[in-house]
Amino acid sequence: MTTVVALSAGLSETSSTRLLADRLVESFGRQFGDASVEVVTLRELAHDIVDATLTGFASPRLQDVLDKVTAADGLIVATPIYKASFPGLFKSFIDALDADAVIGKPVLLGATGGTARHSLAIDHALRPLFGYLQALVVPTGVFASTHDWGADGAQALEQRIDRAAGELASLLKGAGTGRARDDEFDLFSDTFLSISNPGGAADDRS
Amino acid sequence: MSSMQFGIFSVGDLTVDPTNGSIPTENEKFKALVAIAKKVEDIGGDVFAVGEHHDAGFVPPSISTLHAFIAAQTERLILSTSIAHITTNDPVKMAEDYATLQHLSDGRVDLVLGRGNTAQVYPWFGKDPSKGVELTIENYQLLRRLWDEDLVNWEGKFRTPLQSFTSIPRPLDGVAPFVWHGSIRTPEVAEIAAYYGDGYFANNIFWPKEHYIRLINFYRQRYAHYGHGEPEQAIVGLGGQFFMRKNSQDAVNEFRPYFDNAPVYGHGPSLEDFQAQTPLTVGSPQEVIEKTLSFADYFGDYQRQMFLVDHAGLPLKVVLEQLDLLGEILPTLRAEFDARRPANVPDAPTHANRVAARDAALAAESSVEVDA
Repeated sequence: MTTVVALSAGLSETSSTRLLADRLVESFGRQFGDASVEVVTLRELAHDIVDATLTGFASPRLQDVLDKVTAADGLIVATPIYKASFPGLFKSFIDALDADAVIGKPVLLGATGGTARHSLAIDHALRPLFGYLQALVVPTGVFASTHDWGADGAQALEQRIDRAAGELASLLKGAGTGRARDDEFDLFSDTFLSISNPGGAADDRS
Repeated sequence: MSSMQFGIFSVGDLTVDPTNGSIPTENEKFKALVAIAKKVEDIGGDVFAVGEHHDAGFVPPSISTLHAFIAAQTERLILSTSIAHITTNDPVKMAEDYATLQHLSDGRVDLVLGRGNTAQVYPWFGKDPSKGVELTIENYQLLRRLWDEDLVNWEGKFRTPLQSFTSIPRPLDGVAPFVWHGSIRTPEVAEIAAYYGDGYFANNIFWPKEHYIRLINFYRQRYAHYGHGEPEQAIVGLGGQFFMRKNSQDAVNEFRPYFDNAPVYGHGPSLEDFQAQTPLTVGSPQEVIEKTLSFADYFGDYQRQMFLVDHAGLPLKVVLEQLDLLGEILPTLRAEFDARRPANVPDAPTHANRVAARDAALAAESSVEVDA
């Protein structure tokens, strides 16, 4: 079965970011059909994430989430925007992932903020990050400000959510990007091969 | 000596004792390392190793000098490294220094080679830190030939060519010091160890066992691939760390301030979490025995167990007390490891058993010639 992990990086207990994540998950499920979707709230992993940045390894419950993200077919990401970008906890979580964990994975980016003035943070902060990770980010990013949760913006937000979730569903129904992380050591790299060929071309044992 | 070796490895760090703010001088730390090494021999341990460092806050940069001094004051102890830099040292000088130490100590030396964990060291020795893996491979290939071949013609990327060069002194009895390759993240290093049939050492300190299991299994498979024996016959060494008191809670109470302020993992996870997730044991001697024995379940039967004890600012007096406690559990550890060990798993390498193996191989070869 297709598996999707939705990451909610909202830091307050009743969080509009979690609300956005749930809405994206609902819309995705409606459009994709039968999929296994798990929502993960980073707040509950906050201490584990900081510990991992200090020790270089993840606690069992953080590792469990990292493994789920790595194994997922697609990701839904929802983060608040603080001071023009995502909060450090979200970045520290991403830092705890293996560098190749999300290669080729379709990813839907969502963000929340106090005003619409933060809305380009999806494009100037989140997209470059996932570009570096070689994920495949769907064209529509969903930004929800306070305004969008009110009567005036709700319909437009609903449309953006459905459009973005539809893009993710469409990608996951297709053949994907054809790329995935390679879990094996590359025994045929030039470096590896040089080990069992001591001296190489420059050798003179005669 | 039993089939497995036990010892102490030191980082040689000059760390503040968090309980009183004191910090050893370089001179005090050198003397402490000598005292620890002699103590390892006194308690019936087999190996003392120290890590090569060139940055302020650590001793010693010159391990063979320190080890020659220790060798002169010990009789059985094997002196090793944890690790010696194969990247930044000239292989010619390494071949000379450690062969000299091998002669002076009557064969009581082996090496754990590694890349070193600090990039800033490379330019201090004229090397490019982005070439760590390439330097490791080329330098070791040269070191191997300097010890194994009497006359070497050699050309590589990283140093001047050698023509008709003989590295002196020649290895004692014609058998070079045994080499282990230490790495915590680089599969190429495990590949080097496997190709040459050398040992592989995983420091097994900072991270959960799963991380090291992957690299050790890879090394074991590649060791067999290159025809040195079965995977379970590969030569594996492990690190570990403990703090022991007769009463488990006393150990926890005494060690906690050192753990909480330790240079590597301090100010992070709790002692309890770290202990549950890594090889660290803080508790009673029985708890240390149980956790150490469990290593063979995860990594397979292995040849050498080293412990890190003098770190995080622990005073020398406490370190020596820890070694006394280790001495008390060593007979149990040896007996338990030996009891579970299959007959085909080789003993830990020593100069004597390697010379004997070489002689047996030569005798077998000549008897074949006579038969023919």
